[in-house]
Amino acid sequence: MKLNLIRFAAMAIITLLSFGTAHASTLNDVKAAGHLKCGINTGLPGFAFTDDKGNWNGFDVAFCRALAAAVLGNPDKVKYVNLTGKTRFPALASGEIDVLSRNTTWTFSRDVDLGFTFLGVSYYDGQGFIGRKSLGIKSAKELDGASVCIQTGTTTELNLADFFRSNNMKYEPVPIETNAEARAGYLAERCDVYTTDASGLAATKSTFKDAENHMVFPEIISKEPLGPLVRQGDDQWADIARWTLNALIVAEELGVTKANVNEKAKGTKNPEINRMLGKEGSMGKMLGLDATWAVRAIAAGGNYAEIFDKYLGTKTPLGLSRGLNALYKDGGILYAPPIR
Amino acid sequence: MNTKSLWTNERTRGLIFQVLLVVGIAVFIAFIISNTITNLEKAGLASGYSFLGDTASFDINQRLIEYSSTSTYGRAIIVGGLNTIVIAILGILAATVIGFIAGILRLSKNYLISRLVTIYVEFVRNVPVLLQIIFWWVILLSLPKVRNSLSIGDSIFLNNRGIRLPSANFSEGSVLVFLVFFGVLITLYFIKRWSHKRQEKTGKIFPFGFTALGLIIFLPALTFLLTDQPIDFNVPTRGRFNLKGGFNVTPELVALWLALSTYTAAFISEIVRSGILSVSSGQREAASALGLKPSLTMRKIILPQALRVIIPPLTSQYLNLTKNSSLAVAIGYQDIVSIGDTVLNQSGQALEVISIFMIFYLTLSLITSAFMNWYNKRIELVER
Repeated sequence: MKLNLIRFAAMAIITLLSFGTAHASTLNDVKAAGHLKCGINTGLPGFAFTDDKGNWNGFDVAFCRALAAAVLGNPDKVKYVNLTGKTRFPALASGEIDVLSRNTTWTFSRDVDLGFTFLGVSYYDGQGFIGRKSLGIKSAKELDGASVCIQTGTTTELNLADFFRSNNMKYEPVPIETNAEARAGYLAERCDVYTTDASGLAATKSTFKDAENHMVFPEIISKEPLGPLVRQGDDQWADIARWTLNALIVAEELGVTKANVNEKAKGTKNPEINRMLGKEGSMGKMLGLDATWAVRAIAAGGNYAEIFDKYLGTKTPLGLSRGLNALYKDGGILYAPPIR
Repeated sequence: MNTKSLWTNERTRGLIFQVLLVVGIAVFIAFIISNTITNLEKAGLASGYSFLGDTASFDINQRLIEYSSTSTYGRAIIVGGLNTIVIAILGILAATVIGFIAGILRLSKNYLISRLVTIYVEFVRNVPVLLQIIFWWVILLSLPKVRNSLSIGDSIFLNNRGIRLPSANFSEGSVLVFLVFFGVLITLYFIKRWSHKRQEKTGKIFPFGFTALGLIIFLPALTFLLTDQPIDFNVPTRGRFNLKGGFNVTPELVALWLALSTYTAAFISEIVRSGILSVSSGQREAASALGLKPSLTMRKIILPQALRVIIPPLTSQYLNLTKNSSLAVAIGYQDIVSIGDTVLNQSGQALEVISIFMIFYLTLSLITSAFMNWYNKRIELVER
């Protein structure tokens, strides 16, 4: 009994010591740890997946690598934490991860109420529907009375309810937790249509044996701006992450690629490239990093276009066109503020 | 008594340590709780339960109470809780019936029957229940597609989106039908008491089962026909995508129900078997010596004694079934966990929602065990 008491006292002291040290600076914490803790999806084609060597890859993962390269000088110094829709926010809020790059929609309540800072938009997505061509309809507005398979755990259910309510239509929701079972339900005709983000529909359709018998309806019923986010309250860290994302977009605009970034870092005629790559001005110092932070971020996986084409573009199984995600000068809405 | 003798006294020394231990544990728990709360507030993770009053903005396909996407999160969680209770009650009833039959059949002298039941028990209880849920769901999804629904008289339809039954609309005159129905129930209670007394006095057995069944169906039906049929039925019709109208039992509910009840029934059958085997064989021999039929021996002699062994482990099986129902989320039956997950995602209130889950299952389990303990007390052997 006495032994128990001592054990309890010891446990209490250990708990006391291990709890409650406030995070002073995420940048210092990351540097001290020697690696970046990046929250990613548990597996989503194109965005976060493991290659045949077991390494994490994908559009969301590429941002983690660029950030690690900018901060720590090495894109491989990332510790990936796989998070579900349920665990992602507590993990970020509690400090288990330094940045969340997990196809997360930027919404008012997440930004304001949950106390996070979104860094910008890395992918403009929107929710759509896929259905069989044999249904004989051309538009999602003709779906009155249909059964709809939904993958739960996102903003999907809410958009769906809003869409049907505002169009004065009825439907039967069939919410299923994982993409695999939701797809099985759709293929067995448990539902007439399947709904998720358009990028997800493309990924799902690419796995169908009879893909030509299915069609994605033209309606996009929601805005889903996906982007990385950090905890609110550490502005320096948010700036570093935000400008790493912006640098990748600006690099595409200015024609800086993975192949020529080291060449251009030696100096060019374009002052904006020189500022970004550390030849002119002191952008890196303002962020609390060294001058060549952006060079390393771009060298890690290339600029925005290179990352997009590698994981999501028309040459990949997902086969997504740039669409809204093209640069503003190419007809899209991707527009990063200038680096000056 | 001086201090030294206090210390050497075994009883007081034990008491001192026990008090110290209790105080220690209490302080430790209080510390953990207050530390957790402070840290959660610091991290902005715990912001209370006020979000339950916000608009849910999502839809639910199976709802026992009025609910739409303009209802609140709190109401959505209640709808989910009721769905969990529905599957728990349906599952417990079916598992008990299947389990008792399987348990008795396994002791059958018929080799084929007892072997078949053994195979069922060993197969079902050794495969993870999640896989069985998905298995049943996939089986149900391979039923005819909605456009080729099987139908009985064009009023009951079966397809891979469920079983669609006519639903009843009650108009004003239907009160009388219900009054008659409850009247019959009360009358039956008195008939039962009377037949018991008569059997004790004269030994004559009254055919209670048939009388009850006849009265329950016949009298309300007669009232229904005499009062120009106040209940009309909403018969499903074929719509563009789905059947319209009526009442739909989803394949998710049926799959979950089949999986949970067959899985739990396998365990219950083993409990029933052990209960029956615990009754001494002299009881059975004595009963047949008195000339009782085997079925009556089982019902009146063996099972009542076996129940004393069966009930306590049976309670844990009921609790297991209730808790396993949370696996519903895999196939999209909207139970409390499925709906709670959606609420959690929309509102971001992870800890609050998880705490609601815990309190809900705890309450449900405690109610179940309280009821089973009461029943156990009732059938206990009266000892003097």
